[in-house]
Amino acid sequence: MRVLVCVKRVPFTGGKMVLAADSMSLETKHLGFTISPHEECGVEEAVRLIEANGGESVVLTLGPPEAVEQLRDAMALGIDRAIHLQTEGAEWDPEATAAAIVDAIRADEAASGPFDLIFFGNESADSGGFQVGLRVAGALGRPAVTGLKGVRLDGASVRCEQEVDGGRDVYVLLMPAVLGVKEGLNLPRYPSVPGRMRAGRKPVAVSTPSRPAARLELVLLVVPPGQGRRAEVLGNGAAAAPAVVEMMRKIGVA
Amino acid sequence: MSNLPAHARAVVIGCGIVGNSVAYHLCRLGWREVVLIDKGPLPNPGGSTGHASNFIYLVDHSKEMTALTVESVNQYKEMGVFTQSGGIEVARTKERMQELSRRMSSAASWGIEPVSLISPAEVKDLVPFINETILLGGFYTPGVGVVDSLRAGTIMRERAQASGALQVVAKTEVVALDVERGHVRCVRTTTGEIETDTVVITCGVWSPRLARMAGTRIPLTPAVHQMIDVGPVPRFSGAKGDIEVPIVRDMDTNMYERQAGGDLEIGSYAHRPILYDPEDIPPIERAALSPTEFPFTQPDFELQMQHALELVPEIVGDERVGVKYAINGILSLTPDGMPVLGESPDVGGLWSAAAVWVKEGPGTGKALAEWMVHGSSEIDLHSSDIARFHEHQRTRAHVRARAAEGFNKTYGIVHPSEQWASNRNVRLAPFHERERELGAAFFEAAGWERPMWYESNASLLEEFGDRLTHRTAEWESRWWSPIINAEHLAMRERAGLFDLSAFTIFDIKGPGALPAVQRVTLRQMDVPTGRNVYTPVLSHNGGFKSDLTIMRLGDDHFRVVTGGASGMSDKKWFSDHLPADGSAQLFDLTSGMATLGLWGPRARDILMSATDDDVSSEGFKFGTCRTIDVGTVRVLASRISYVGDLGWELYVSIDQGLRLWDMLWEAGKPFGLAACGIGVYGTTGRLEKSYRAHGNELETEYNVVEAGMQAPRVKSEDFVGKEAHLRHREEAPATILCTLTVDDHTSKSGEKRYMLGREPVLTRDGHAITDRRGRRSYVTSAGAGPSVGKHILMSYLPPEHAVLGNGLAVQYMGERYPITAAVVGATPLFDPENIRIRS
Amino acid sequence: MVLVLMDQSKASMETLTLARKFGRPQHSVRMDAIIPFAPDAVAAILALVADDLDASAIFAAGTERGNDVMARLAARTGQPFAANCVDAEPGSPVSVTRLRWGGSLLESALLHSPRPLITVAPNTLSVEAEPAPIEVDAKPFIAHLEETDLAVRVSDHVDTTGGGVSLAEAKVVVSGGRGVGSKEGFAIIEELAGLLGGAVGCSRVVTSAGWRPHSDQVGQTGTKIAPDLYIACGISGATQHMAGCKGAKRILAINADAEAPIMLNADYAVVGDLKEIVPAISAELRKSR
Repeated sequence: MRVLVCVKRVPFTGGKMVLAADSMSLETKHLGFTISPHEECGVEEAVRLIEANGGESVVLTLGPPEAVEQLRDAMALGIDRAIHLQTEGAEWDPEATAAAIVDAIRADEAASGPFDLIFFGNESADSGGFQVGLRVAGALGRPAVTGLKGVRLDGASVRCEQEVDGGRDVYVLLMPAVLGVKEGLNLPRYPSVPGRMRAGRKPVAVSTPSRPAARLELVLLVVPPGQGRRAEVLGNGAAAAPAVVEMMRKIGVA
Repeated sequence: MSNLPAHARAVVIGCGIVGNSVAYHLCRLGWREVVLIDKGPLPNPGGSTGHASNFIYLVDHSKEMTALTVESVNQYKEMGVFTQSGGIEVARTKERMQELSRRMSSAASWGIEPVSLISPAEVKDLVPFINETILLGGFYTPGVGVVDSLRAGTIMRERAQASGALQVVAKTEVVALDVERGHVRCVRTTTGEIETDTVVITCGVWSPRLARMAGTRIPLTPAVHQMIDVGPVPRFSGAKGDIEVPIVRDMDTNMYERQAGGDLEIGSYAHRPILYDPEDIPPIERAALSPTEFPFTQPDFELQMQHALELVPEIVGDERVGVKYAINGILSLTPDGMPVLGESPDVGGLWSAAAVWVKEGPGTGKALAEWMVHGSSEIDLHSSDIARFHEHQRTRAHVRARAAEGFNKTYGIVHPSEQWASNRNVRLAPFHERERELGAAFFEAAGWERPMWYESNASLLEEFGDRLTHRTAEWESRWWSPIINAEHLAMRERAGLFDLSAFTIFDIKGPGALPAVQRVTLRQMDVPTGRNVYTPVLSHNGGFKSDLTIMRLGDDHFRVVTGGASGMSDKKWFSDHLPADGSAQLFDLTSGMATLGLWGPRARDILMSATDDDVSSEGFKFGTCRTIDVGTVRVLASRISYVGDLGWELYVSIDQGLRLWDMLWEAGKPFGLAACGIGVYGTTGRLEKSYRAHGNELETEYNVVEAGMQAPRVKSEDFVGKEAHLRHREEAPATILCTLTVDDHTSKSGEKRYMLGREPVLTRDGHAITDRRGRRSYVTSAGAGPSVGKHILMSYLPPEHAVLGNGLAVQYMGERYPITAAVVGATPLFDPENIRIRS
Repeated sequence: MVLVLMDQSKASMETLTLARKFGRPQHSVRMDAIIPFAPDAVAAILALVADDLDASAIFAAGTERGNDVMARLAARTGQPFAANCVDAEPGSPVSVTRLRWGGSLLESALLHSPRPLITVAPNTLSVEAEPAPIEVDAKPFIAHLEETDLAVRVSDHVDTTGGGVSLAEAKVVVSGGRGVGSKEGFAIIEELAGLLGGAVGCSRVVTSAGWRPHSDQVGQTGTKIAPDLYIACGISGATQHMAGCKGAKRILAINADAEAPIMLNADYAVVGDLKEIVPAISAELRKSR
């Protein structure tokens, strides 16, 4: 089978959000980069599926040249090859992102055959648009489910468990299908050193789609108020216990 | 939340291993009202201590570093935070095996035992998961171990707090350091200010930032050390402790592998140097991990993964073992690889203990505290002295260039004479162009380019033929030429011209000049104008702070001439001892003066033909100095010699230096004058005369009597170290400086080998020699004596061994060579009556 | 005319409040217009209704399902979509303020669309009392659905709730982070949660280390909670975590580091070793019963 997983390079944030001077992005000078925990589970699931069923796994990202680090990270975990839709760094809105991915998928499928499954993180860690995977599915005319915490192959179908209040709803989709997964789907592995070394030798196909005008256009980022207030210190060490319980009574939880 | 005291005896800034240690030892030595402050939380404020790999190897080629490390281990052990694991430095190449045999020598010289060279099979026995097939052997130090440096810091802090002498203030950032009249006065913080006249900067990678607050510099740069943690390692699944297997240093790849509980930690000094500025380090709340744990840059680790896989394939090659954690840890690098310790030469009361690693932390803290409280430390810290830096060495460009160059030598095989490649040609003597024309091989001293020998003198090789030794072993031939010995003989037979411009020269002037120089010198300085005096400068404990020459140029005018290496710290020492009333002042002339040395039996003939002044034996006696005319050049000539021959040091202003060289060169032609390099001045000429050198024979750990340099009488004036010196004169010396010669150079392979210095001196049957104060005998200096036809070694020997003709041995590259004590005390091998220099 | 996708949640009420800025009368389509749930079908119905009523904007709650259906609608109609907005101003383009990083950051954006699609982030607006919208009868539209619109539908339900209090709905959540130190270290956390009738939570570090199941994780990619009191023990307060607990009415942080980032978001703090403090609070609670 063939599996594609789409990921997005995002900063690994610390305890405090700090904006760049133009307030259009985070100040990332001191930060490392990663992908969303949801996407990590997507990568892991793709690797497991190919390990179990054979075939090919591909990772795709739309991002700056440096995003090749995240592609290599995914390949270190076992993904076979990568597609890098290289941007000049400025953010693409969800519609444009989805359109570029659709083009790339069509091109890859024309050459190598259809992807049975395409994984997306439920939403990106940074912009949280909640839509790229569903837009891709819509454009490709494939069934899609989001919020998945369970994925199981069943012949030509995939059984999907979606997290809802009080349990999980089950969907059975005919493949090819698009799946939006969430952290908790699996416990992603760490890359092994041999895996890391292999990753350096795996192919990355680079293309540079052009960015259309955004229809969800970022104007400005703002750090919300609330950060920066100071807690009332109820005490130090075990001696603070009576004050804590008194507070609990006051707010009615004890 | 702040309860900063208004005043403090001392404020120590930075709660890493160093700050905790300095604070603790200051309190232990009796200081009270000490404040320890950090902007971060405790116990881990976010500096380099928090991510250190925390293992300690004991043996370093540097005696100073080894001493600090051994002292640190003793302290860690006393605190119960040391876990002994053993450590093996493994070799993949023949060159490394030779280096490991050098490590055996250094271990013996500094008294580190036990150590052993072991076979690949023995390495495998100790580290079962290693691939011994790629190894040629290993250097095993069972005493290597791992410490809990954060815990150690906490213990020291709490002990000092318990004594009531220390107040700890965390999460308080220093924002300014007030300096008044050249002395620190006040520490301003985010929560208030503390008046104090003593501040210690122990801020690791942030130290330069703090120094700048006081208007000075701490020359270090933050740099990346990459570290990954892989696991879980099946073999370690039952691990009960942090470490149960010896730590492996894969020297040839600049890497290490150590067990860390159920994981394996792999570190590297092999990647490209990645340097930062202190401003690049984020504040705590903006760092994803800790401020000094930067995001890992995988591309820099590609080759290292390959190397780790080669060495420990069982673990690193296991697909189930994952990379759990990877960081670019930030640590401090200095331009010469040594720490930055001591009081700032620019700001009184501002001390630094920076670029100190966990392995030497507590020892350094103790030594610095001793220095602060007593005026000097038990361990000689001259290689780490913050005052050692010349101005250009404190620039960002120099620090970064040298730190970058030095980084990949962390586990390198560094030759004792190895030269830096970066940032050269910084200070050029006025004769530089002439030297270049003569094919000078330039070596650097204090930024000056000094000829070590001249290729144009290759013609002398034939002339002196079999009086020259030719080295065939690559190690001893490196950074060396037989031309040095040929130049030596040309000087001894005719005359040599030396470039000595790397001297540090400063004047002490004013009505208070005489008492000022008396105060810091062992010898009597109240001599007639026109005399020069060679004198030791003592530390408070009567050891050697320095040795130098002082010329009295007037009633109130003394000129100090000292070596480039110790020049800046000598300058600080003299400055610190100037009278408070301003009645004497120090003027640095170094960059305004060039110096030539003219020595050899024809030196007088040459000088005479270039000057109308009286330079006859009677008219210009040894030990005197005065200004003479050489053509139109006014030259301060000083009749003195460090090479044991008739001649002068000639001081000239830089602008006329070239002219002086040209005139002497012309005048010297009929007399066979040869340009001579520092190889003759610093090694062959000096050793034939048993002249001592600072940093070799002369260290604070040895006293004047042991060095055989005591005068018949001690001057009545008070001076630093006098009390100790008087005591030393009453005692029988524990060791005596001797000059030895090598009896046979032939190694087992038949190749002749030549020691370079720092090798252990043993009894003929191979036993270490230790004096009653626990100091090992080792070669303090080594080099050829072309005129005496011997390879000469100097070493301190306990009295029972310091016997003329006593047969001993020196261990070099894993073999022992017979040597004999040729001189006990100061009498030289060559011209023992000193007829030549007085002729 | 503004169209709103409604369910029974409070978030839907918040959505109505924001949608009112865009005009009346409001019409609504029910999330459960099709049973079992088929998200493409709901999206298709919305599209049909919107065309039929000439809706100027379509709103839904920024719940998992709300965002899912609206994204499908956006894909189907080729329009942009702004998820998880906390404010919006009508106009051309529409100005929206939306959540990023699970709410750790706010974004001002322009939505260039003839028919803006907007979801409203839950727990961000105060609900104003207002008349109920006109509920659109979905039946006539269902007849127009394509077969593919029904390809994705719920075919089964697995009940995963245990005996304990649901993390998302608990009135008190006691969470442990890296500072708890081990799997076993959670015994004291469980004890305190039990005494308060609350649920146990944890940070992402804890689930990554395998000390607790992912279902206990509070955070941007874990469960988002809204208790009356959130007790964070040994949790530094990375943005990923705070995104999951910002719905809490009050936060008590128990941490060895008084400068930990969580202190900037907590209402109360106790500084010290959680291994001493948490049992002491449990003991104090017992004593007072």
